Amino acid sequence: MLEVSNLFVSYGAIAALRGISLRVEKGAIVTLIGGNGAGKTTTLRTVSGLHRPLGGTVRFLGEDITHVPVHKIVARGLGHVPEGRMIFSNLTVDENLAMGAYLLKDKAAIARNRDYVFGIFPRLKERLRQTAGTLSGGEQQMLAIGRALMGDPKFLMLDEPSLGIAPRLISTIFEKIIEINRDRGIAILLVEQNANLALEISSYAYVMETGHVTVEGRSEELRDNPQLKAAYLGG
Amino acid sequence: MTEFLQQLLNGLSLGAIYALIALGYTMVYGVLRFINFAHSDVFMVGAFIGYFAGQRLPHDSVLSGFATLAAAMAGCAVLGILIERVVYRPLRGGPTLNVLITAIGMSLFLEYTGQLVFGATPRPFPSIIPARIISIHGLVISMNQVIVIVVAALLMVALELAVYRTKIGTAMRAVALNPKAAQLVGINIDVVISFTFGLGSALAGAGGVLYALNYPSIDPLMGVVPGLKAFVAAVLGGVGNIPGAALGALILGMTETFIDGSRWSTYKDAIAFAVLIGILLFRPAGLLGRYATEKV
Repeated sequence: MLEVSNLFVSYGAIAALRGISLRVEKGAIVTLIGGNGAGKTTTLRTVSGLHRPLGGTVRFLGEDITHVPVHKIVARGLGHVPEGRMIFSNLTVDENLAMGAYLLKDKAAIARNRDYVFGIFPRLKERLRQTAGTLSGGEQQMLAIGRALMGDPKFLMLDEPSLGIAPRLISTIFEKIIEINRDRGIAILLVEQNANLALEISSYAYVMETGHVTVEGRSEELRDNPQLKAAYLGG
Repeated sequence: MTEFLQQLLNGLSLGAIYALIALGYTMVYGVLRFINFAHSDVFMVGAFIGYFAGQRLPHDSVLSGFATLAAAMAGCAVLGILIERVVYRPLRGGPTLNVLITAIGMSLFLEYTGQLVFGATPRPFPSIIPARIISIHGLVISMNQVIVIVVAALLMVALELAVYRTKIGTAMRAVALNPKAAQLVGINIDVVISFTFGLGSALAGAGGVLYALNYPSIDPLMGVVPGLKAFVAAVLGGVGNIPGAALGALILGMTETFIDGSRWSTYKDAIAFAVLIGILLFRPAGLLGRYATEKV
């Protein structure tokens, strides 16, 4: 599904990624964990084309997308729920969802996607006419995920879906992520600070530190890794 | 009372023209965060397209009037899209100051190319519209004024529908709010920016023809002063805010007309701008503008 090899990215003189490689297989949930400034968000943004790498390649569905414009990458079936949600705050919930389906021409498919989104996040249906900026943090996250689902992605990248959300909503959001993966077969690449949670729902994990992947492996094995336990899993 | 109504009417028609120009400034600012200084010269080109179209069409006919308007709008839309595509787009991604300076250069280029091609001598605008004067209880209403107000109002309703009821209009608002997120839902930003320039320039073209109908001579530098005022109107309403631009333009047009009709008429522009500075002192983000923290 996704194959990132040896990616180098810098912001001016500061190197953000120093040779990142990772893979996401069809139908898998893979997680990317690590501290602040490790380069997790930069990795996702480079995959979706928002940042251009100095070196390395990104292959999606077998094709090189390293230099393809963002909207064309999205058209190939990549969904990206960005850090900080980036919903269109002055637009209504309804308009946000409509924009999510911007590339779809088939009205019936759009209606099906809406029904699916309302099925997993009934709260959005109640708030359709509301301006998106007035939603709570958790509802905004639901909208951001819902908006990405409206575009029928084959692969979804989620950047810190638990950030700034009421604790009781976090488990709901993670249950929905599992549901999306299971029911629609959408492969997921999850960036998460909450490493415990991320390792619990994923099958494979990469641990990043200052622009490098330092550890990778099956999530259940990493859960017992003493080094990781000390650094990210709270002992 | 008649005097008051008369000035109100004059102010409304002047404000309506400012509004048509101001909307283009504000829409482009909304999506690109820069002021397109060449916009006032697109307005001038609109008047000239109207001039040449109007000469070839039968005079004193409402149908010719609409054809002239349509020609100016279409021509200006193409010009606006071309300017963005050829001049501004290669600079996108660089410092905003570069584009801003280039926009001033583009403005001068259009003005002096206009002088080269059309000559600097003012030309009388053809009387496309039947010049009728309606008089009600001493209130003098010219057909031109009615047309300016009605056409401007219709165009603003059409703009409202285009921006708030169509997919591309919603995409334009999405790009203005967050260009990165807009790309992530698959919006091609280039297409939206072309659409924005086309829409804004078409309105400026219409403004050029309507202005020329009321102020019957046109020349290549005619855009400078109305353009500056429309820009100020956009700032007054809260730059980037579409209803704000229309409101700011009406306030500016009214203020100017009422002062013009008083014994301080010599100081018309000075007083109008003083009012503006006053409003901006109390509402620095403009009347309908909101402070938004610039995201980096």
